Parts: sequence; C-alpha cells; structure tokens
Amino acid sequence: MITGILSAAALIGGVGIFVGLFLGAAGVCFSVKVNKKEEAVLAALPGNNCGGCGHAGCAALAGAIVSGDAAVNACPVGGEAVAEKIAEIMGVESGESVRKAAFVHCMGSCGKTRKDYAYTGVEDCAMIAFVPGGGPKSCKYGCTGYGNCVKACPFDAIHIRDGIAEVDREACRACGKCVEACPKHLITLEPWQAKHLVACSSADKGAVTVKLCDAGCIGCGICVKNCPSGAVEVKDFHAVIDREKCTDCGICAEKCPKHVIL
Amino acid sequence: METIKDLLMILVSSSLVSNVVLSRFLGLCPFLGVSKKINTAAGMGGAIVFVITLSSGIAGAIYQFLLVPFHLEYLQTIVFILVIAALVQFVEMFLKKYVKALYQALGVYLPLITTNCAVLGVALTNVQKEYGILAGMVNGFATALGFLIAIVILAGLREKMACNDIPSAFRGMPSVLLTAGLMAIAFCGFSGLL
Repeated sequence: MITGILSAAALIGGVGIFVGLFLGAAGVCFSVKVNKKEEAVLAALPGNNCGGCGHAGCAALAGAIVSGDAAVNACPVGGEAVAEKIAEIMGVESGESVRKAAFVHCMGSCGKTRKDYAYTGVEDCAMIAFVPGGGPKSCKYGCTGYGNCVKACPFDAIHIRDGIAEVDREACRACGKCVEACPKHLITLEPWQAKHLVACSSADKGAVTVKLCDAGCIGCGICVKNCPSGAVEVKDFHAVIDREKCTDCGICAEKCPKHVIL
Repeated sequence: METIKDLLMILVSSSLVSNVVLSRFLGLCPFLGVSKKINTAAGMGGAIVFVITLSSGIAGAIYQFLLVPFHLEYLQTIVFILVIAALVQFVEMFLKKYVKALYQALGVYLPLITTNCAVLGVALTNVQKEYGILAGMVNGFATALGFLIAIVILAGLREKMACNDIPSAFRGMPSVLLTAGLMAIAFCGFSGLL
C-alpha cells in the first residue's frame, strides 16, 4: 500500500523533475538571441498585423526596420507618432511621413446611375464582377456597392452609403486593404491634404457615360485646358490628376461641367 | 511484431473509417476554430501531424519502459499530459533555433496544440488497443492525417459558404456545425472499407 503510493509519487516527481531540468537546459541551449531593438520597435508598432506596409505583419516589419531593410516611417497606419517613436529607438531622424487616406474614384450612387436589372445573387463584389455587365449598375466601371472594401477594412473607416463606398477620412489609416479588395480598382491612397480628386473611373466614351450616369466624367478636357500647372490629363476617357504636378488650386473642380472633380 | 498489412489497416482505419473529429469527436475546438481559411487550416493540420506522431511515439515508450515495469499503468493520463506539454515546449524551442521557416509557418498553432484533446486521445487509445511503439506512431500519424483531411475539407466548404446569403439564424457557427455534421455522415461511407 505505502510502497504503491511512494512509487507513484516518486515516478511522477521523477518525471516532473526530469522534464523541468530538461526544459530548463533546453531553454539555455536553444535560446535564440532576440534583438532588444526589434522588441522595442515591435512594441511601438500598432500591432494590427494589417500588412499595409507590405510585410507579413508587425513582427516582420520590426525585423525589417532593425535590419535596415525598411524605413522607420514604413508603417502607414501608425503615421508620424509611431515613426517618431521608432526613430528614437533606432536613433535616426524620422523624416516626414505623408498622411494618406483612401479615396473612392466613383460617385455613381443609386440616384445618379441607372440599373440594368435587379440583382438578387451572392452579395460580394468579387462575384458580381463576373455577372453580365459587371453588376446591376449600368456603368460597368463603377462601384457596385456590395462592400468588399467594408469587409476588408480593419478600422471601420469605409461604409456603403446610397449604393456607393464612402471613406471616413478621420478613421482611415491608409493601410491599403480596401485598395486590394476592390475588384474594379476604384480605390487609391491619396495624400490626406489633397482636396481635388477625380471621382470617376469610367473608361466609356463621353457619349456613353452621359447616358449611364449623372456623375460620370465625359472626358471633355475642360479641366486639362484650364489647369495652370498641366497636372490633369484625360486617360481612358476620364480625367486623371498627376499628384506630382498638382498644386491643389481647385480650378479644375470649378470648371468641371459634370462636377466629378471634387 | 506488426506486419506491414496490420500497419496499413491502422493507417486506413484511423485516418478515414474512425476519423478523429468526424466519428470520435476529439479535437473539435481547433476543427471549428481555425477552419476559416484553407491555408491556416492546413497549417494547423500540419502542426498536429507533427506533434501527434512524435508524442505518440514518446508516450508509447514511456508507457512500455516506465509505467508497465513499475505497475503504475493507472498513472498514464497524468504522465502523458506532462510529457506532451513538455514535448510541445521542447519542439517549439528546437524549431525556433534550427528550423526558423517551419517555426514561422506553424506560428501560434504549435503552442495551441498542447491543449488539444486529440493528442492525449491518441496516446490513450494506443494503450487501450495495446499497440506497440511503431504501431502507436503509425496510429498517431494516421489519426492526425484524418484530422488534416477533415479540417482542410471543412475550410474549403467554409470558404465557399462565406459569400453566400445564409439566413441570419444559421450564420456563423450553426451553419459550420451543420456542415460538420453532414461531413460526418459522408465519412460514415468509409465504414465499408474495412
């Protein structure tokens, strides 16, 4: 009886002690040197693991920053506050990081565009891109309004209003998830300061666009003629603003007959 | 000892006929928890194959050379828990040092497996069915393979279901549990194999 209890206790205790010693020894033998800087940088990063920087999560970016493969301001989500913290850890100047926000290049809300048919199928932009005409809306280049961008946004900064995706600029952290999610490639990251942007991506000819949508760029070229810095050009039958040249003077927006330049 | 035929029988019966999740209902939490995407599901499945194969071998050795000689078979559960937890810890350390790529691929799943009942379940079934160490390891590998098959299939189905218009009462877990139930019925078809 007593020997049974003792041998059981001895066995469990022995196994426990052996496992403890073994793991302890293994912990010393197999210890991996973790860079102190890497840990500090990781702590400074937002930790959403959104991948907006192009690395596989915050830990990967921290590694890249410490090894010098990425700039200290590489995190688009954290912005300047995080860049400064990391710069302090790394002991370098952070430089300027331009705050950006997502922008939807389409204004074809339910009131402005027409519908070819009533759609009752799977509510997913990527699926709808394959149905006839690229969705129920007449314009095949426009936002279908089924919200893949909304599902992709980790910050609840984009919503569907009146059949169109709308960015909440205050909440947007410019991680770029919505840019990837949109099958029609309507969303781009633009400087937060930029006031004047073209809210149409239609590659239909002007005459066709007029029939399909009240808020479509017809490619008339008035903006091109009036731009003092030569920043606007018409590509694929819609106006495109060159951010490098644009001075945000707003003349294009004033002159646009269809009011698609905001 | 065991012939190749016996081992093949164990392989087929443990992976398909008495599938660990779909007919023995072990390891349900990772089965439902990490089956949203095929990639993560395959990662979890791979980690489980790795851990169960190793742990069933070691647990078998401990049972045969430590518990049986001292007539302490009744301590199997507690000893197995101890050994499996330690093994997972050790494997994690080892991978982190020497096989960084695999460590990153398995990621968070490795420590999660410590608490997976399928791992302990296999060790205990091995004792129950009186398998030797080799047969036990084959049984462990086959069971984990069954888990991998089941979780990858479920993840594939869930990916398809993700963009469907499901009635709100069935959205989320209910539809997943129903799918798992239907899969279990489908796997009943394998019982004719043996």
